[in-house]
Amino acid sequence: MTDTTDTWQVGDKTYGSRLIVGTGKYKDFEETAAAVEASGAEIVTVAVRRVNVMDPNQPMLVDYLDPKKITYLPNTAGCFTADDAIRTLRLAREAGGWDLVKLEVLGDQKTLYPNMVETLEAAEVLIKDGFKVMVYCSDDPIMAKRLEDLGCVAIMPLGAPIGSGLGIQNPVQLRLIIEQTSVPVLIDAGVGTASDAAIAMELGCDGVLMNTAISEAKNPVQMARAMKLATEAGRAAYLAGRMPKKKYADPSSPLAGLI
Amino acid sequence: MSFVITITVNGDEKRISEGQTIADYIIGLGFDPTKVAVERNREIAPKSTFNTQVLSAGDTLEIVHFIGGGNNA
Repeated sequence: MTDTTDTWQVGDKTYGSRLIVGTGKYKDFEETAAAVEASGAEIVTVAVRRVNVMDPNQPMLVDYLDPKKITYLPNTAGCFTADDAIRTLRLAREAGGWDLVKLEVLGDQKTLYPNMVETLEAAEVLIKDGFKVMVYCSDDPIMAKRLEDLGCVAIMPLGAPIGSGLGIQNPVQLRLIIEQTSVPVLIDAGVGTASDAAIAMELGCDGVLMNTAISEAKNPVQMARAMKLATEAGRAAYLAGRMPKKKYADPSSPLAGLI
Repeated sequence: MSFVITITVNGDEKRISEGQTIADYIIGLGFDPTKVAVERNREIAPKSTFNTQVLSAGDTLEIVHFIGGGNNA
C-alpha cells in the first residue's frame, strides 16, 4: 500500500506520486493516456507547438488528459536560447493559465546537454515575471546552487543524457546536489529501466522525470506500471535506510548453539 | 465591401478579410479559442482580449497549443 503521508510539494500543490512522466513519442493519444494512468503520475510534461492551421480537427492532448485532474507542466524542449524558452513559456502560461513550468535550454544537438549560461539567464527573467520554474540542469552542484538562489522551485539535474536510457551515471554529483538543496530535487533524464528509477530514488531525491524509458519500451503501459512500482520501492528503501555495505560475508543465522 | 489584408500565421502568409478580431479568426479556422494561445507581433495576446483585438495588415500571429512532449520532444 502506498504511504499516503509521504508527499512532496512544488508550487502550491502537494503530490503523492514522485514520478513525473513526459507525454511525447507515444503511438497515439490513447496509449499516452493509458501509460500516464498506469504510471500513477500526477504531473505530466507537455510541449508547446504551433497548431496545424490546415487541420483544426486533429485530436488534441487536452481531450485525452484532463488538465483539471492532472498537472500539465509545460516545457521548453527544443529551445536552444533563453529568448526562445521565455517566449515559449509565456505562450504556455497563456494557453494553460498556470505558472508552474519546466525550463530546459539545450546547448548541443548531439548530447542535448543543458546550456547553463542561457538557463540561468532565462530562469532569472521567468522568476521575475512570476513563473514557478522547475529547471533542467547539469549535475554541477555550483550551478544547481545558483539556480536555487535565483528562486527556482525545483532543481532537476540529469542522470544521463536525455533519451539515452543509460541509467544513473553520476550518483556522486547527484548526492551532493540533493544534500545541499532545500527545494525539491528531481532526477530528469537518463532512466532506462525500472531499476534505474529505484536507484535514483534511493539517492534521496524527491522524484524522477522520464519519457523515453516508458514510451520506447515494447509495452509502454506495462513499463509505466513498472516505473511506478520502482519509484515507490526506491523511495521506501531510502526512507527505510539501507544496511551498511561490508567487505566480507556476515551470517544471517546465529552461530551460537551449532551442533 | 470588405477589403482583404495579408497577415502571417505560424510562418505562412494568409489573406483574410479586414475587420476580424483574433477570436473571429481563430473560430473561423475551426479552433476552440480556450485551447490555444496567441502571440501577436511577439507580444502575448491575452485570451480576455481575443474579442477586442482587431487584426491589422502585416500582423504576425503565432497560434500554439499543448502537444505531447517530454525532454526535447
